[in-house]
Amino acid sequence: MKEILKMAPAGFAEETLKKIDEIMARYPTRRAAALPVLYLAQREFGCVDDRALGAASRVLGISKVEVYGLATYYSMFETKPFGRNVIHLCDNLACSLLGAESLQHHLERKLEIRMGETTQDGRFTLKNAECLGACAQAPVMLVNDDVYEGLTEARIDEILAKYE
Amino acid sequence: MIVKVLTRNFDKPDSHTLAVYEAGGGYRTLRKVLESWTPEQVVEEVKASNLRGRGGAGFPTAIKWGFVPKDSPKPKYICVNADEGEPGTFKDRHIMEQDPHLMVEGTILSAYAIGVQTAYIYIRGEFVLAGERTEAAIAEAYAKGYLGENILGSSYSLDIHVHYGAGSYICGEETALIESIEGKKGWPRVKPPFPAVEGLFGCPTVVNNVETLANVPLILDKGAAWFAGLGTEKSGGTKLFTISGHVNRPGLYELPMGTPLLEMIEEQAGGVTGGKKIKAVIPGGASCPVLAAHELDIKMDFNTLMAAGSMLGSGGVIVLAEGTSMLAALLNLERFFAHESCGQCTPCREGTRWIVQILERIERGEGTAGDPDTLIDIAEHMAGRTVCPLGEAAAGPVKSFVKKFRDEFLPGPGPDAGPSGTEHHPQVAGQDG
Repeated sequence: MKEILKMAPAGFAEETLKKIDEIMARYPTRRAAALPVLYLAQREFGCVDDRALGAASRVLGISKVEVYGLATYYSMFETKPFGRNVIHLCDNLACSLLGAESLQHHLERKLEIRMGETTQDGRFTLKNAECLGACAQAPVMLVNDDVYEGLTEARIDEILAKYE
Repeated sequence: MIVKVLTRNFDKPDSHTLAVYEAGGGYRTLRKVLESWTPEQVVEEVKASNLRGRGGAGFPTAIKWGFVPKDSPKPKYICVNADEGEPGTFKDRHIMEQDPHLMVEGTILSAYAIGVQTAYIYIRGEFVLAGERTEAAIAEAYAKGYLGENILGSSYSLDIHVHYGAGSYICGEETALIESIEGKKGWPRVKPPFPAVEGLFGCPTVVNNVETLANVPLILDKGAAWFAGLGTEKSGGTKLFTISGHVNRPGLYELPMGTPLLEMIEEQAGGVTGGKKIKAVIPGGASCPVLAAHELDIKMDFNTLMAAGSMLGSGGVIVLAEGTSMLAALLNLERFFAHESCGQCTPCREGTRWIVQILERIERGEGTAGDPDTLIDIAEHMAGRTVCPLGEAAAGPVKSFVKKFRDEFLPGPGPDAGPSGTEHHPQVAGQDG
């Protein structure tokens, strides 16, 4: 019995399934709920790993490989585990004109990782962002859901201290 | 001259709430229209206002609406394009954060004009606050009877749903946006059929930008003639310009269509930082061909910029001061397009990468005398040879940068200035982190 349970594919929690039903009611097709379902899957499973792909595939009625195609096409989904906090540093033109590249150096030095990597302790993942629509306050970064503007090295140090 | 029309509520405390929006006359127009206007009257008024799409293409809004077949038995949809991702542009985010009800009322009025019962607002996944405020505004509108069944006691019903993108720039292209709502990758569709005939879920669909729709309540409140009078002969209303880069007061400015570019930079944005001279200006977001210093005496409207070989685009003005490396700036832009190419069309998928590779080679000091012409040649083979305008968008900067600043793309000692004018671009210079 235990073995069977282990083999049973992981699914969404009951509460998530209820949420998915609500979301699906907004669209005439199940598949249209793909992006919202992937957001829920990423939250529930930590990233869009094999279990998340399987769970999403079943509720959406499309193959796992199609879900994988979506998860890898859209840059806000991660198929591998990532840090507890994700830093998205904008490196587009307006931010670069005002020094984003030296801030990238600073972040890489401070966190001892390169762009795209996660710190050993899992505290931060560092990623580039495309234009965050805050060019008047450049340079800017997003940490999880919070936008930080007018960045300097000192300000970055203060900001990072807030995240465990 | 700043005109506060679209942004008239922006400075009020709690401007994003229904109470403040209603106190400023909000939803008054919706009530008036549902009580006494036919959908055809709404379309006619918007047509007479000369409202043109604010997403970048500048297509007349009422004409776009007019392509929707009236006798179709299928449901019709409106998609609000809130996937603002054009580098240098941040106007729609401000509307959603500071006056989301303006967008919501504009959506309801436009949906009524076209006979739509379901609307989707497609918001960039990164826009967390804009998304929260839009969702809150929609909830407030439902609670007050501005949305849902039999709006304000009329026979008209509409539902609005928010749909979040997930980090793909090309989903701002209208057919990629439609694919994305359908739960697919953002691969633009071959047109025709145009979305007005066969769009979302195979049904007639209109995709309109946030700023475009935010203008609709104002047009229907104060009249088409008033709105047309705010703009130029061919393009009504004000325009939200976002100014960034090397200026003293970067920000969002609402100005009449046709405001001179230099006036914008000098008077609104407070001139160039450090009292430097302007080297170049990108007038309408990353996709728009660059203007050199001698081309800046120009009026900012769709037709004038097109005649000058550029575009008004999304109104994102990026100012580059003297000392900026045009090579590093172009490389920055082209890395963006290479990353955001969806990969569907070979000229764009391969061309954007070739361009990046050549620019990186030049920046390493390994360029050849033929590189400028090769860059232009690649750009010319991308433009017009792809399903969607991303190929064109990536090509325009290449052609304009290389033609106008050719010396900087010729072999020579490596450049001494990155985009910030102070140091090497890290990836290009190969410095360690």
